[in-house]
Amino acid sequence: MSRSAAPGLLIACLVLAAGFALAFTVGRYPVDLADVAALLAAKLTGSSANLPPAVESVILQVRGPRVLAAVFVGAALAVAGTAFQGLFRNPLVSPDILGASSGAALGAVLGIYFSLGVLGIQGLAFAGGLAAVAAVYVIGSIIPARDPILVLVLTGVVVGALLGAGVGLIKYLADPYNQLPAITFWLLGSLAATGPSDLVPLFGPVAIGTLVLLALRWRMNVMSLPDEEARALGVATGPLRIVIVAAATLVTSASVATAGIIGWVGLVVPHLARALVGPDFARLLPTAAILGGGFLLVIDTLARTMASVEIPLGILTAVLGTPFFIWLLASVGRTWS
Amino acid sequence: MNLEGRSVSIGYRDRVVGRNLDVALATGEALALLGPNGSGKTTLLKTLLGLIAPLGGEVRLEGRTLDAYPARERARMIAYVPQSHAPTFAFPVESIVLMGRTAHGSLFSRPSERDRAAAMAALERLGIAHLAARPYTMISGGERQLVLLARALAQDPKFIVLDEPTASLDFGNQGKIMDEIVRLAASGHGVLFTTHDPNHALRAADRAYLLRDGTCIADGPIGKILTRENLEAIYRAPVRVLVDAKSGTNAFLPG
Repeated sequence: MSRSAAPGLLIACLVLAAGFALAFTVGRYPVDLADVAALLAAKLTGSSANLPPAVESVILQVRGPRVLAAVFVGAALAVAGTAFQGLFRNPLVSPDILGASSGAALGAVLGIYFSLGVLGIQGLAFAGGLAAVAAVYVIGSIIPARDPILVLVLTGVVVGALLGAGVGLIKYLADPYNQLPAITFWLLGSLAATGPSDLVPLFGPVAIGTLVLLALRWRMNVMSLPDEEARALGVATGPLRIVIVAAATLVTSASVATAGIIGWVGLVVPHLARALVGPDFARLLPTAAILGGGFLLVIDTLARTMASVEIPLGILTAVLGTPFFIWLLASVGRTWS
Repeated sequence: MNLEGRSVSIGYRDRVVGRNLDVALATGEALALLGPNGSGKTTLLKTLLGLIAPLGGEVRLEGRTLDAYPARERARMIAYVPQSHAPTFAFPVESIVLMGRTAHGSLFSRPSERDRAAAMAALERLGIAHLAARPYTMISGGERQLVLLARALAQDPKFIVLDEPTASLDFGNQGKIMDEIVRLAASGHGVLFTTHDPNHALRAADRAYLLRDGTCIADGPIGKILTRENLEAIYRAPVRVLVDAKSGTNAFLPG
């Protein structure tokens, strides 16, 4: 091919590695990377690492789960955004284009309003994301149209707006002293409360969806062509589109259920990855996954260390990311779009 | 081998564009489809490609109805060269041509060395191998049209269907495309193309099919069909015929 993928992929891996190092070594309880390695080795071999219990607890119960969650969520949002941008042939698309985030938001907000536990809130958020996209897909498929993609996107936008109204209504009705702050905090996105028990419900769906999308990465090039062209090239676009949407929705819903709404990552990381390795999905998708994981890990580390209180992730991604992206846009030009 | 529409009615769910059309394309011949704007050329093209279902009648490929072919099998028989368009993502030209090999691999397979060789061979055949690494978004409209034709060649089909292949091209590239159509038919492909220029049909096609308001006006050998009378009938405009004294070939001028 025209351009080697190796340097771009390497940069993405370096970002992820730097993110790991930074995440463990800074913060209120800095952890030596050697301790992390020793603990991992000890866990794998079944021996004891001879670390102080406090350090072990920070690594296993607090920092470790949060680091893994940041990587999974970042990777998931980046992969879903990459898939949707290709599928809808639009570089402005983000993972919530079909209503996954708004559906998850309404689910979570309802969970908070009815004072459900953490599991209940996360479960409702996950189900809400899946249900919203399923509804959008069914409605979009019923409407007869020559351009099924356009109808799908428009349906996603209007259903998303309706779900947003639902969120607004619950906020209006919620108890302003207890529930409203919780709702606001959730909607801004955070990994502060992530513990070991959050990892399985996050990792399972993210792994399944990501593996499906990675397996289909060669076909996704063709799926980014106009529908009739893709069909003339021998792709059964209808079934394949359902599989891609389902996989991307699965990872998005799981991420949003764990971390709340984190905008920006799914929109911009695909562009950063494209700047690194070009538009071919065969390399773009893995690169976006790694870069997204590293990116959110860095952002989350900043979120918990920049100020004396946690800064919501959704705010930080936008504040730090926007100038960076504008700089990138201006310096690289549009050859890599 | 034959691709044929038998008394097909064409159109969309809410709009019938043409009724009872009989059209046949054999391998080894080039068929030109002419008609005024809105006569149903593109709709007929897409129906024969299997991209839209016929409203009546049937499309048959090698004696089997086209609906019975899975998308992949159909794509190994018929390739489509759409009008060139600016894509969203800046794929290199080679990747675009490589997509023509989609139907030769499985759902999860990566392109093989054979696929890459076929893509390069297609680019070389059209004399655009030097574009291979260029982003598809950064080349001219004429070059894009050639790239889409290369993609169809890489697809290795029996039939190639082109939608106004000369529409966006300069004079020289128009000739290049028409030469290629002649060569494809000579090498045993069935080629179907639409055009707004009867001279292009005369130059590249063996047969012509004239469409007006979704009805076939004439269908037969190019020399017999492309007459002033027929052209004036389908375009409802006066047509002049120029004859080259040296070679005896005709050319048409509108007005």
